[in-house]
Amino acid sequence: MLKNSDQGYGWVSIAVHWLMAVAIFFMFGLGLYMVELTYYDAWYKGSLDLHKSLGIILMGVWLLRVAWRQLNTKPKALPGPKLEQIAARVGHQLLYVLMLLLLLSGYFISTADGRPISVFELFEIPAVPWSFDNQEDIVGDIHFWLAWSLIGFVAVHMLAALKHQFINKDGGLSRILKASK
Amino acid sequence: MKKGIVSAVLATGLLMAGTADAAEYKVDKAGAHAFINFKIKHLGYSWLTGRFNDFDGKFSYDKNKPNESKIDIVINTASIDSNHAERDKHLRGKDFLNVKKFPQATFESTKYEQVNDKEAKLTGLLELNGVKRTITFPVEKIGEGQDPWGGYRVGFSGETSLKLKDFGIDYNLGPASTHVTLELHIEGIRL
Repeated sequence: MLKNSDQGYGWVSIAVHWLMAVAIFFMFGLGLYMVELTYYDAWYKGSLDLHKSLGIILMGVWLLRVAWRQLNTKPKALPGPKLEQIAARVGHQLLYVLMLLLLLSGYFISTADGRPISVFELFEIPAVPWSFDNQEDIVGDIHFWLAWSLIGFVAVHMLAALKHQFINKDGGLSRILKASK
Repeated sequence: MKKGIVSAVLATGLLMAGTADAAEYKVDKAGAHAFINFKIKHLGYSWLTGRFNDFDGKFSYDKNKPNESKIDIVINTASIDSNHAERDKHLRGKDFLNVKKFPQATFESTKYEQVNDKEAKLTGLLELNGVKRTITFPVEKIGEGQDPWGGYRVGFSGETSLKLKDFGIDYNLGPASTHVTLELHIEGIRL
């Protein structure tokens, strides 16, 4: 029930999946919103602190998730043409890679001047000891485009899940809503 | 005959003095003996300071004909440095310096009016954020003379307050932060 089986996902995978799904949309919205705030908005500072703190937490969740995925059985691919199965596998891997790059790029914006990132003022993640010229600008652009790319592929991911559920009727969506026995 | 020699010597001396003084100077960028700093009030409670790390320029100055002095300065605005990456990123962006669209700020002097040995008024055209405006501000000659390495140097300082709105920067930093003070400390090496 907690672990995956070859028939479907366990509760741990399901919980982490939805936790990150909510987090990705929240962070995307927060990111777009906070850059439009002006200096005298009460949330000008707080929104950025929250975005950075959650980003670091999500980095930890990402690592645990990938470790769990590697250590666990992977459910069998849903039935379908070989090409679609390959596309599904590559697509899922791409989502993981985009999440990682997005989190890393965020880290490299905020630490470009060597300042650590304070996580909810509980602890700090230090900067790496090297940086390059205009790092915050270059990585800032990369972060922006990675965020849109991730959201784009998330949309494809959602459409694919709906297609499996309602067109192929192979339980593509329900297997991430309810743990397999 | 004697008179002739005297006047020849005098003429040579004057000529030498002339060539020695009417000189072109290069801003000592390589040795970093020139600084373009800024400061602006933070919320009205304190000063925030920063600087531009990359700029270059040249000037001509002759202490006998000071009013013929001229100076040109080019600043790469992307080099703004307030010791905080996230703030610098914001300052380079569209809310402030628009460095992608306007990568350079320039100042070209049009008039140098000496007030006394040390002080003068400098007028010129400043282009910042794509907006050109004529500004006048006081400058002070700090000193001039031989350096210990065989060169000849002269240095000036100047300070002016710019209204951000005048240069198309209308981001709301609060009522105490509508103006930025620019400080120039320029040392030139005679070419």
